[in-house]
Amino acid sequence: MEIIFFYLVALVAIISGFLVIRCQSPVNSALGLVNTFFCLAIFYVMLHAPFMAAIQIMVYAGAIMVLILFVIMLLNLGTEARKSYMHGIVWSSLASLAVLFNVIYFIKRGRVTGAEGDITAFTVESVGHVELIGKTMFTEFLLPFEIASILLLVAIVGAVVLAKKEV
Amino acid sequence: MISVYHYMSVSAILFAMGTYGVLTRRNAIVIFMCIELMLNSVNLTFIALSSHLQSMDGQIFVFFVMTVAAAEAAVGLALMIAFYRNRDSIDVENINLMKL
Repeated sequence: MEIIFFYLVALVAIISGFLVIRCQSPVNSALGLVNTFFCLAIFYVMLHAPFMAAIQIMVYAGAIMVLILFVIMLLNLGTEARKSYMHGIVWSSLASLAVLFNVIYFIKRGRVTGAEGDITAFTVESVGHVELIGKTMFTEFLLPFEIASILLLVAIVGAVVLAKKEV
Repeated sequence: MISVYHYMSVSAILFAMGTYGVLTRRNAIVIFMCIELMLNSVNLTFIALSSHLQSMDGQIFVFFVMTVAAAEAAVGLALMIAFYRNRDSIDVENINLMKL
């Protein structure tokens, strides 16, 4: 039953991803991308990471996509004129197929190894996912967390400086 | 039973589609959305492996990838507005000079 659900969600995710790269209008591409984000959030729930699913929907499908849609509407972009170059399409298809075959080859031939931790699905359910993430982030990953806050501050200042007409 | 390889295959397909979109599309905002698609497929790999290895580290990495993607969205879209103001288009074929 779960595997059927998995294939269904994967199919929807891949079709939405296809819409992102093929739609003529940027607004349709953005809606396809939102659909893909929701499918990935469903995958995160299936992988016992409910907090990640929540921030996937809030940050990606909420904040980032609203920003992108806002800019599309602000610039009043119409549909892109279709004058594609054949050699460009051929070479980029070859490049992306090479990427796909490389990754699938490594997935098929290799095996996942690594140091196993002690956080099972049962721990996530009994302790709580947010608490586990918070404990890890504020003890082991405290310095990267602080650097991320500085990065966000720089991004805010940079966006204001770039978008203003005269500073 | 769903294994970690299933999730990684979905992620590989999404990543390849994002690559194709970045290489073929000419609208800068659509290229940007394809980059977001690639970042999300990598996030799926991180969470699948973190769940497989029963560790929390992969999920913290996803958290930082999301932070960087948000910062990138803010700066990238500001750049696109600046380009549009100068050239009246965000077609990447018109973006070939550093100044007017």
